[in-house]
Amino acid sequence: MCAVRGLTKTYPAVRGRRGAPGTPEVRATDDVRLDVRRGEVFGLLGPNGAGKSTLVRQLTGLMRPDRGSVEILGHDIVRHPERAARILAYLGQESTALDELTVSLAAETTGRLRGLELRQARTERDAVLEELGLTPIAGRPLKKLSGGQRRLACFAAALMGERPLLVLDEPTTGMDPVARRAVWAAVDRRRAERGTTVLLVTHNVIEAETVLDRVAVLDRGRVIACDTPAGLKERVAGEVRVELVWREQAPLEVPEVAALRARAVESGRRWSLRMAPEEARAAVATVTGGAAFAALDDFTLATPSLEDVYLALGGSTQGLVKA
Amino acid sequence: MSVAPAEVLPGVRAAEGGAGGEAALGPRARLWPSLAAVYRAQLSRARIARIPLLFVATFQSIGIMIMMRGVVDGGGDARSVVAGASVLVVAYVGLNLLAQYFGQLRGSGGLDHYATLPVPAAAVVLGAAGAYASFTVPGTVLTAVFGCALFGLPLAHLWVLAAVIPLSGAALSGLGAALGLLAPRPELATLLGQLGMSAALLLGVLPAHRMPEAIQVVRDLLPSTYGVEAFARTFGGHPDWPSVLGDLAVCAAVGAASLALATWAYRRAAVR
Repeated sequence: MCAVRGLTKTYPAVRGRRGAPGTPEVRATDDVRLDVRRGEVFGLLGPNGAGKSTLVRQLTGLMRPDRGSVEILGHDIVRHPERAARILAYLGQESTALDELTVSLAAETTGRLRGLELRQARTERDAVLEELGLTPIAGRPLKKLSGGQRRLACFAAALMGERPLLVLDEPTTGMDPVARRAVWAAVDRRRAERGTTVLLVTHNVIEAETVLDRVAVLDRGRVIACDTPAGLKERVAGEVRVELVWREQAPLEVPEVAALRARAVESGRRWSLRMAPEEARAAVATVTGGAAFAALDDFTLATPSLEDVYLALGGSTQGLVKA
Repeated sequence: MSVAPAEVLPGVRAAEGGAGGEAALGPRARLWPSLAAVYRAQLSRARIARIPLLFVATFQSIGIMIMMRGVVDGGGDARSVVAGASVLVVAYVGLNLLAQYFGQLRGSGGLDHYATLPVPAAAVVLGAAGAYASFTVPGTVLTAVFGCALFGLPLAHLWVLAAVIPLSGAALSGLGAALGLLAPRPELATLLGQLGMSAALLLGVLPAHRMPEAIQVVRDLLPSTYGVEAFARTFGGHPDWPSVLGDLAVCAAVGAASLALATWAYRRAAVR
């Protein structure tokens, strides 16, 4: 469906000007290789700055790579970037082009610009707005909507004109659970009825675990792993995560707690530890009994998430969201 | 949540089997329907951004005419003041606001929306330029009528605005779109639009024969000048129609050239 080989893009170094420091050369995508199969929801997961959006811009023909190839449904997108617009629908992070239109006109115009006839565009517009629950706000300009509603309206525009590949860059940012459900229900319907493929950019691990068939984990422009969420989590199956929240400060006078500190990632009163199950049991026993318990506010013991996978794979920054 | 595994989806095997084959592409949006769609969408923005798009330019031009009324009594100077103030509405909206709009669209990544649709570049540029030229119609007519009343000029040939607005609109909004799309940063697009509009204001409204020669050369280079001249000529008792047509032809030529430049600039800005 979509095959990416050796895709490389380097942003040139920027020389510093008076007062402003320069930035060194950045390799935004570094020899990326991906295979997306038809009908799957394929995710690109990584923190901000990992190169997800740059990669997606090269797949959608918006940016020319320095090296490498992108083939979508048999079409060479690097050589013919204009064909991307006829194969895929792209939901970018910006809505400025649609902000001053009403929800209804944004969807209709996008459909027209995907080559639909006027009548066809209107029929499809009504169906899509109804499907996503946008009909009551169809007459309101996007600018006047909340962030989540605006995002949903842009998603509606992306669904117009039925493309076999949907490229969605963080589609559910700012959405409430109802809107999120509407998005995933609409995606699932298209998958089941037409075999639509979805390429999803996200930095939200919970969403990644629940909606993705397969996920490529990106770090500093490189794909550091690519598997199903379950397959990735098996790589760290030998570990569990212990979260400890202290009331005021950690009781470091307890020797076992002091020993744990070396392995904990601290953020304020919260300690986060990855350890083998037996160790975790011992740690929980320590902090829930004796002197340490008085200082403990809350604790959780959880199986590993994709965030743990990311860290275990050597992810360099902590920028993933759990929500 | 994915309920259906990819393997059981309809058509999956068939599609994977056809190795090397290129799938059929979706339709391309044709020029005129997509131009109409962009035009209509842009036009609807006037409902939300009514004050900047429709009113500010008119108030500015009417204010300038009232100011000039103290200096100019009538005759040839009054004609150029009224014509200049009317075309200034076109320059404000077509040149200044459109340069700002495309500058912001490009700077914020909003162009990606159009760039990932199979729409001809000319449809996006002409649709937006056409809409911005249309925004100027009420303001230009109002300014012209008010000016004629203020300076006691005849209203008989105001119909010439039906040619002046679209042709100088094409020239100025084409220039505005090109500036907005070529400026490397949105602030620069705003600045260039402002400068262009200021030039149209100073060189169009002030009577030409009082300017130094060097400034008159600059004035001749500005496309709005020809719209102003064409309009100003029609206030006389026996307008020199061939000259009016000549001026309008310059507007049309500049319009075609600047819209072509803007289309090229759009293509360049869309894929980086």
